[in-house]
Amino acid sequence: MRLVAPLVLVVLLSAALAGSSTAAGPPTAADLEAELVCPVCETTLDQSNAPVAVRMKAFIRTRIAAGDSEQEIKDALVAQFGPGVLATPSKRGFGLLAWLLPLAGGLVAVVTVGVLVRSWSRRRAPTDEPEGPLDPSLERLVDEELARFDG
Amino acid sequence: MPRRVRLVAQGVALGVVALLFVLLAWSLVNDEGGDLAAAASRGERPEAPDFRLERLDRQGALQLSSLRGKAIVLNVWASWCLPCKEEAPYIERVWTRNRARDVVVLGLDAKDFRVDARRFVQRFGLTFPIVYDGPGNTLDGYGVTGFPETFVLDREGRVIEAFAGAINSAEDRARLRSAIGRALSS
Repeated sequence: MRLVAPLVLVVLLSAALAGSSTAAGPPTAADLEAELVCPVCETTLDQSNAPVAVRMKAFIRTRIAAGDSEQEIKDALVAQFGPGVLATPSKRGFGLLAWLLPLAGGLVAVVTVGVLVRSWSRRRAPTDEPEGPLDPSLERLVDEELARFDG
Repeated sequence: MPRRVRLVAQGVALGVVALLFVLLAWSLVNDEGGDLAAAASRGERPEAPDFRLERLDRQGALQLSSLRGKAIVLNVWASWCLPCKEEAPYIERVWTRNRARDVVVLGLDAKDFRVDARRFVQRFGLTFPIVYDGPGNTLDGYGVTGFPETFVLDREGRVIEAFAGAINSAEDRARLRSAIGRALSS
């Protein structure tokens, strides 16, 4: 149990942080339009034909043609419209918290459930130990009954 | 699980739930977006939310409250907005005709590219001060739901009139003139 929880956390963190940021090759307009949000209608650019979304799509194509990376294009748009244009939180700085907190919450839940299950299973386990010393008069009565039974 | 640990855990859980309720109540109480225009139309004169934004027309920043003592025509626009293009020449005229009367026309360009906004300013020859709010963070406080919108603030920084959409009709322009007069006499 103690080993499983950190292992799960490491696997989840690796999967989350590896994500799409390691995609090789130049960015495509389609990919970026799915990862950026129109600041007016608040849907992703590929779902929007609002004037500002159309302008942002043109900007993305221009920057791709100029050889900018995906991150450079996103940074340029964030500089204009703020971090709200990112469909998913940034995996850097404060935005990283949005990725880590759910994982940390999951880990806390796993540990909590584990502790509770362990506690319940211990409470319900049968025990051979006497619960406490027998009352002397009762003990004498039991001895007499046993002697009569043997006798 | 020991009784003490369980009690602490229950206390923490209750505390978290209570905190969430407090946050919910706080957000409901403070969510006044959209009420400014309605309140102004009822004659309530709600205070305009203050802001400090970078200037588009020059270097530096401008704080709304630094204009206290003047009547303010706050015009919210964006370069991609068609009605804003129709309205821009009129807003510039409002500025040139009233600037000597203690009236400030303040443009607020939001959800826009800076370069597009500057091109818009050049194209329409806008000479009044303009601030830039790319993310549009100030809009919720004013209840702005579309572009353009215009608010008239009195000398105390209270909203006395609001216009949703371009001020193009003779009726709207008369209402704006009247609001500026009332703002100056406040």
